Amino acid sequence: MLTAPQLSYSLLAPILIVLGGALLGVLVEAIVKKGSRAAIQSTIALGTIVLSFAFLWRVHGQTSRTAAVGSVSIDGAGIFIQGTILVLSFIAILFIADTDNFAAQASAIPGSQEERLALETGKQQTEIFPLTLFAVSGMLLFPIASDLITLFVALEVLSLPLYLMAGLSRRRRLLSQEAALKYFLLGAFSSAFFLFGAAFLYGYSGSMSLDGIASAIAANSANDVFLLIGIAFLSVGLLFKIGAVPFHSWTPDVYQGAPTPITGFMAACTKIAAMGATLRIFYVAFGQAEWQWKPIILTIAILTMIVGGVAAISQRDVKRMLAFSSIAHAGFLLAAVLALNTDGLKGALFYLATYGFTTLGAFGIITLVRDSSGEVTDLNRWVGLGKKSPLTAGVFTLFLLSFAGIPLTSGFVAKFALFTGAYESGNTVIVVVGVLTSAITAFFYLRVVVMLFFTDSKSESVSVVIPSIMTRLAIAVCAIITIVLGVAPSLLLNTAQTFATFIR
Amino acid sequence: MSIVTVLELIPLLGVIGLFALPKGSTKLIKQFSIGVSLVDLIISVVMAVRFNRGVSAMQFVESRTWISSFGIKYAVGIDGIALVLILMTTVLVPIVLLAGWNESENGRWSPRVYYALILILETMMVGVFAATDVFLFYVIFEAMLIPVYFLIGGYGRGERAQAAMKFLLYSLLGGLLMLAAVIGTYVIATNQIGSTFDVTALSGLHIDSATENMLFLGFFIAFAIKAPLWPLHTWLPTAAKSATPATSVLLLGVLDKVGTYGMIRFCITLFPHAAHTFTPMIIVLSLISILYGAFLAIGQRDINGLIAFTSISHFGFITLGIFAMTSQGLTGASLYMVNHGFSTAALFLVAGWMASRRGSTKIEDFGGLQRVTPVMAWAFFIAGMSALALPGLSSFVSEFLVLVGTFTRYPLAAIIGTTGIVLAALYVLLTVQRSLHGPTTPGNESLSDLNIREKIAIAPVIAILVIFGFFPKPITDVLNPASHEVMTHAGYVDPQPKAGK
Repeated sequence: MLTAPQLSYSLLAPILIVLGGALLGVLVEAIVKKGSRAAIQSTIALGTIVLSFAFLWRVHGQTSRTAAVGSVSIDGAGIFIQGTILVLSFIAILFIADTDNFAAQASAIPGSQEERLALETGKQQTEIFPLTLFAVSGMLLFPIASDLITLFVALEVLSLPLYLMAGLSRRRRLLSQEAALKYFLLGAFSSAFFLFGAAFLYGYSGSMSLDGIASAIAANSANDVFLLIGIAFLSVGLLFKIGAVPFHSWTPDVYQGAPTPITGFMAACTKIAAMGATLRIFYVAFGQAEWQWKPIILTIAILTMIVGGVAAISQRDVKRMLAFSSIAHAGFLLAAVLALNTDGLKGALFYLATYGFTTLGAFGIITLVRDSSGEVTDLNRWVGLGKKSPLTAGVFTLFLLSFAGIPLTSGFVAKFALFTGAYESGNTVIVVVGVLTSAITAFFYLRVVVMLFFTDSKSESVSVVIPSIMTRLAIAVCAIITIVLGVAPSLLLNTAQTFATFIR
Repeated sequence: MSIVTVLELIPLLGVIGLFALPKGSTKLIKQFSIGVSLVDLIISVVMAVRFNRGVSAMQFVESRTWISSFGIKYAVGIDGIALVLILMTTVLVPIVLLAGWNESENGRWSPRVYYALILILETMMVGVFAATDVFLFYVIFEAMLIPVYFLIGGYGRGERAQAAMKFLLYSLLGGLLMLAAVIGTYVIATNQIGSTFDVTALSGLHIDSATENMLFLGFFIAFAIKAPLWPLHTWLPTAAKSATPATSVLLLGVLDKVGTYGMIRFCITLFPHAAHTFTPMIIVLSLISILYGAFLAIGQRDINGLIAFTSISHFGFITLGIFAMTSQGLTGASLYMVNHGFSTAALFLVAGWMASRRGSTKIEDFGGLQRVTPVMAWAFFIAGMSALALPGLSSFVSEFLVLVGTFTRYPLAAIIGTTGIVLAALYVLLTVQRSLHGPTTPGNESLSDLNIREKIAIAPVIAILVIFGFFPKPITDVLNPASHEVMTHAGYVDPQPKAGK
């Protein structure tokens, strides 16, 4: 007699709740009148995240479990990453709730009569909220998935809504749609690579689970060529998502074109989810084969740091600059993949969390700097902002200093924790390259500080809008966390240490 | 709570108080800030009185867990070297605040911000000399760049934004190399004795020599940029030309001492073998700094540039004294740090007053000031004499000790270094002649002399230069046990002078 497989719904509850919330959002979109949708949708989205977090809190004690017939591992690192993603999504939704960043009617052709009508009547479509929740559900699944099929499904669930969301900008819509298309095409390619790699790994090990692959590598009885091809192609898919060189070329265009709250959401949450999955795959499945992949990942990490740092110097657009900065940070994070030890994992967990808050805050500030036609992202027009709005410029400076890793900000402790793990594993090269590229990245962050504070403005047209209460709250939370985790990092670092485990 | 911690907290509390003061009360803000720094001065004097001179170990020790998962502690404590440097800091802060009474008003931001930045800086300057946890030291070492960056960029003159940027990038690059070395030391410690950043515990590590050399260089390059040693000095003249006199005093007088202090506290203590290996190279660099700084000082037309290059020459002497590896040289170098702090303060402050009266910083624009403004001219003259280490002024004692301490181990280096004194006479006397003596340059006839506030500010500096010139014993008594301890720990025995016939 067949028995139904044990799914352990309680362990999967955080993901299921987010999916449920997303479906509810779709229903609201169909039933509720247009005028009152935005408020209901944002309440549902925020409530869903809170509820999901509550359920995650309930399972956080029951670590080291597998669910859904072994295709999902509930372990410390997975729960920590899920928790981080939920908290960050909550803040991101606070930014997204400022719906005038998004196209009133996405289906209307840019510049058409239909679009004008939608803008004039103020009938704002709010599909952005369920789309965000769908993406979040994928992000929650991706870092805990422990077989290749689940990984692929999670990857697609998190990516597809993002492709749409990138194209929803209200202003400069053609640029936004171009970004969405570019993201979609390259993303589809990378998914194909991922699948191709997964097939080869199955061919090599005869197993879809990360654990099975690890055992096959330990037994060392199969054809290594399949393993190498598998690792290479699977890595391409992952490295694309985290924006590592040479798979980074989509990042600046998409970051620039997407609506700024979405850029923040992608830069923080997508990177964390993808990095979480990457860490799991390399730590659990490929740990034994480190001699095969370490030289390549080391090269990629170094290239990523240098290209990200150097290319950012010449950027004139603040969103493109932050895009290249996020590439450089992806390079730093790869140091944790190379470390392959608990301290490296601890460092990476802490780094991801602090980086997420700082990134969201920085993009939140960008949504505030505007002229009559919308956001201003041209850095030359940010000149002298410190004089006009000292608080906004000051908080942005704080985020930049944290990115640069100046002590007493969270970014510094994160960098320290990460590089300590890497040094312990004997990867001194990446530590040295890492600190040197940190100096390069400091240059372009400080260049912005100079523009904000030490240069007099030439044009008067830029102004800082008075932020809505939600945006203000979100930015304040990000700023406070950036300082608090810089001064008293133990609050999170100890948690990261306790949670820094992967189970097989 | 240790008295050192109190010393750190008071300026911070002052910053909070500063922002509680009502708007538009610039005068009150200034008085309040000077009051805060005076309280700090009094407490530091109390600390100095309570300091036990006979003990070579750290005193006023405090240690609290800060980041437990890395074994990082908030750990402070002072020995003789740290004590005199902290005292120098707490004396200089009220003086520069008083001397630069109007500096905060032409800045990009309000005076409130200026005074807040200086007080934050004071907290960090005390903290950086008192830290006995390498991580704590590193954090303050890097974080103190930010207030200076805003002080130069926001309140300086000329190409201030570029100068601030150059200063910060140079320092950050050095700091980041040091970060790699800090991480390396920590990892070695974790493998040998467990997670700790305590400098005493770290000094007992067994490190293989190749690694030790790399770690030493990581620390040393950071300190050599800070100090600054040739060829890593190029940020200093631009920063000194752009900063306000008060900022320049704190930058060259105190912050740059963190570099030389770090060489003593970390380079030599943590990596004695590597320090031994690199000593010849460092001595050569010091000598180049001495001569290069002196020659460029002779050629300077800008008075702040002149002071900057003389400082590069003097930092050469300090580094020479440290790496002579004798306790005499080390005491001399530590004393030199203090004296250089005060003589640079005198030079920058008087030069700043001269410049603000004349509206120019070019040496050739002055001339005949002795007749027009006798008090200001005398103050500049004494400061200049202190820079050339005239006997009877405190710099002479330290320069003498450094050269004697060097001679016992490296006679040739001492002889070459001595030529630096001759060049010093040249650049100081030329400047004095051009700016103070001779006929009064047109446009200078109606300059006003120092007012009472400026006299009060400069008087203690000159008093210190003269008093410790004749009677340096109180300071050397404090320094000697500490210097001896550092050298003994590093495994050096002072060479005995050969008996004369």
